[in-house]
Amino acid sequence: MLGLDKKDTSLLVIVAILTLLAPFILNPFPSGSAMAQFNAGYPDLMQRFVIFGIFAIGFNILFGLTGYLSFGHAAFLGVGSYSAVWMFKLFSYNVIPAIALSVVVAALFSLLIGYISLRRSGIYFSILTLAFAQMSFALAYSVLSNPKFNLTNGETGLQVYADDPQLFHRDSLPDMPHLFGLSMRSTYHLDIGAWSFDFNAGYYLCAVIMMVMFYLAIRIFRSPFGMMLRAVKSNQQRMNYTGLNPRPYTLAAFVISGMYAGLAGGLMAAMDPLAGAERMQWTASGEVVLMTILGGAGTLIGPVLGAGFIKYFENIFSKINDNILHQWFSFLPDGFEDFMVFIVHPFIGKGWHLTLGIMFMLVVIFLPGGLVEGGQRLGNWLRNRGKGAAEAKTKQEPAE
Amino acid sequence: MGILEIKNVGKRFGGLQALSNVNLSVAENTVHAIIGPNGAGKSTLLNCLVGKLIPDSGSVMFDGQSVLGRAPYEINQMGISRVFQTPEIFGDLTVMENMMIPCFAKRDGAFELNALPSVRNQKDVVEHAMHMLEEMRMADKRHMHAAAMSRGDKRRLEIGMCLSQEPRLLLLDEPTAGMARADTNNTIDLLKQIKEERDITIAIIEHDMHVVFSLADRITVLAQGTPLVEDSPEKIKGHPKVREAYLGESA
Amino acid sequence: MDAILLQILNGLDKGSAYALIALGLTLIFGTLGVVNFAHGALFMIGAFCAVMLQRLLNLSFQTIDESQKDFLGNPLKVDTPYVEAWFGPETGAAIIDWSVPLAILFAIPIMLLIGYVMERGLIKHFYKRPHADQILVTFGLAIVLQEIIKYFFGANPIQTPEPSALRGSLDIGVMIGFEANAIIYPIWRLVYFAFAAVIIGGVFAFLQFTTFGMVVRAGMADRETVGLLGINIDKRFTIMFGIAAGVAGLAGVMYGPLNPPNYHMGMDFLVLSFVVVVVGGMGSLPGAVAAGFLLGILESFASTTWATTTIPGINQIIIYLVAIIILLTRPRGLMGRKGVMEE
Repeated sequence: MLGLDKKDTSLLVIVAILTLLAPFILNPFPSGSAMAQFNAGYPDLMQRFVIFGIFAIGFNILFGLTGYLSFGHAAFLGVGSYSAVWMFKLFSYNVIPAIALSVVVAALFSLLIGYISLRRSGIYFSILTLAFAQMSFALAYSVLSNPKFNLTNGETGLQVYADDPQLFHRDSLPDMPHLFGLSMRSTYHLDIGAWSFDFNAGYYLCAVIMMVMFYLAIRIFRSPFGMMLRAVKSNQQRMNYTGLNPRPYTLAAFVISGMYAGLAGGLMAAMDPLAGAERMQWTASGEVVLMTILGGAGTLIGPVLGAGFIKYFENIFSKINDNILHQWFSFLPDGFEDFMVFIVHPFIGKGWHLTLGIMFMLVVIFLPGGLVEGGQRLGNWLRNRGKGAAEAKTKQEPAE
Repeated sequence: MGILEIKNVGKRFGGLQALSNVNLSVAENTVHAIIGPNGAGKSTLLNCLVGKLIPDSGSVMFDGQSVLGRAPYEINQMGISRVFQTPEIFGDLTVMENMMIPCFAKRDGAFELNALPSVRNQKDVVEHAMHMLEEMRMADKRHMHAAAMSRGDKRRLEIGMCLSQEPRLLLLDEPTAGMARADTNNTIDLLKQIKEERDITIAIIEHDMHVVFSLADRITVLAQGTPLVEDSPEKIKGHPKVREAYLGESA
Repeated sequence: MDAILLQILNGLDKGSAYALIALGLTLIFGTLGVVNFAHGALFMIGAFCAVMLQRLLNLSFQTIDESQKDFLGNPLKVDTPYVEAWFGPETGAAIIDWSVPLAILFAIPIMLLIGYVMERGLIKHFYKRPHADQILVTFGLAIVLQEIIKYFFGANPIQTPEPSALRGSLDIGVMIGFEANAIIYPIWRLVYFAFAAVIIGGVFAFLQFTTFGMVVRAGMADRETVGLLGINIDKRFTIMFGIAAGVAGLAGVMYGPLNPPNYHMGMDFLVLSFVVVVVGGMGSLPGAVAAGFLLGILESFASTTWATTTIPGINQIIIYLVAIIILLTRPRGLMGRKGVMEE
């Protein structure tokens, strides 16, 4: 189907079903119950899942296939956000032109940065992209925000004001980002018994775009171009002596992943019309690296898993506080209860980054293939165990 | 006029004159061996031919065109393929993919953004690669990771990859270095077969005299960065100058 | 003329910090072949060693002074730091006042230990892994270290003042023949520069004149051969990692009075130090030091009112701009060797 083989088609279908049914899947607990805090099916968080999913899918095309580790991809995301907000300010709140512009601007920007950074490889490349990202951050945070020339609105962040031109805005249209009149914030609540589910227009727009981008990523992975990118990672010397020029291949991968990042940035602005410089900081670039590695770099589904995993736990962990911990451990004797709360406390709430850092180190050390490899190992182990049991049985049978 | 014409090539590394006044002509459809003791400049010369090094002086013409100043991939596209001393293959990819990459390079040139069609649907390339694998007798190994193969198989794959591009000149850099006797003989047989079946010129750098005398039509002896003699294998065998430079015997 | 000199001097303190961090980074690159993204965190931990010592020295016990009353009429509670009780009020107060320089002694064993544990416990296992993995695992470690510090010390900067004797400024201009008030320079910055110079000199002397240093330099040039000579290079490299950690830590200890330490100062310095290393030439120690000072001074020139009014914000991007230009024109950096960290 759609030019994919059976395995890829079923992967795509699974991802499609999961994203479309996410409002149900992520809200498994009745809204009044104590477990409701683990629900993740509210629009804001679901949007973040898919937007970061897009970001990570794109990053994986560069890092997973070519092995070039960029520490500057947040810059493209930021540029995408700024472009989208400018589109809102100048023309209209319609998200389509805004998103289109963010992709185009991110493409141009990544072409420039990629052209320079890719003159070097390995660690030099990582440091160059890091330097570019920090420079972009400084530019957005202060340099391009002065009374004479205010492109980014500095610390406050770029947003839409009442006196902005908005040339194509009509009173009949919603006063926030919309898709031909359908506001991105419009949400349909569905109550079934004790459960409640939210179906948000913005989420579904992001979800559909993510599926398209995921589909494109599969096509790229399976294409001759994707094979060339893996060849870049494997042996550039042989590639050169096989009559292939690695640089345009890598540059194309860089620009494509930059466009994915720009798209994610544009969508972020479309969900909430605000763009801030902190989106471009190198820790933000580090986050997408993390998602990709955690899920499994170089695999199709890994980055999506990683993005969902990190955003979900970021949300849950940040919400847990000592009171909740005391509830959890209340079955333990008093002393133990306090001790457990004391032990767990540094890792929750504001300590989420500590948990994240530790998790990240553990994955790099023990599971370089990420969650996907972990799943495969688990699967193999179970299968072997099953097989082992079956073999043991067949061995016994003749004796009977 | 040979297919490869090297004229007055010189190359200096700091205080070391690696090559000086190298003149060499490789005739079409012959096997030309370049031999010489360690440090004679064989590898430097080879690197000058493929674009890895640029000589300080002189000219290198391939089929009437200069190769100097061109990038390795451009020189390859002109029709020169190189086999390395230690097999350079795409270790993370499967054997089939390894073979398909040069087939794509042959079909599409140095760069082609072929990002949406599936590799499976590139029927011509798949067939070409499959055919080459069969010719190299490795079709049954096509789903293996290339890195997992034996050294002899890697060498065979690398030669196959080079041949799939149908080069006019094949450069071999000590193709049997570090190989067991059986693997060496297999490689010699393979090269003999290639020589018989194809219109191809082969230039080979080799230490192993057994390999050289089994294959070469013409031999150039390089010593201290400059050609000493060039002649047919029979003449070279008894040549006093060669014995002196190569075997350290006094003439 | 005096204005130029002033800017050069202004660049020295940041330049010193860059140079010290870059020196440690280069030692680790050169000897271990590892890219250490946690090196900034070591600098930060150094700064927090000073904070820790300051807190320890200020540990107090409370006594009630019946003879005095506070404003509510209750007997006055007096906090007396233990050190003042043990060494007498004057010596005790002096010890507290000099807590930052004293923290050097405190920091050296801590940093060496952290360096040792880091190398043996983590980095060692990554020598043969790809550079990307090294970057990633040390990046994770940097996050962890920074979050631990944040957990214990909070997110706000903590003041670590210099000793009162070294507070204030000197009119350097007068000393070298300029008019009065032309070049006013804080004393602690001079101290920091001198301190950095001593450490840099010490590291170079150590590498140049000791057998240990000779082996390490040989190892930087050609690791395998030195290994073949039967020299236990791994053990020396562990010590080298400890030294690099120590250098970064000491740079952090003394930096506190210039800029109150916070938990993310390491990351801020790390990015710039990487740029410094790349500009200087990966694997070149003199390059790292020279580029550190050069970029520090350049940044200080770009921070002048004249520069920032001409191009707003130039001070924030100048280092990156210069780095990009240098890398494009001299890909191996100012003093880089061929083949270092190139695939």
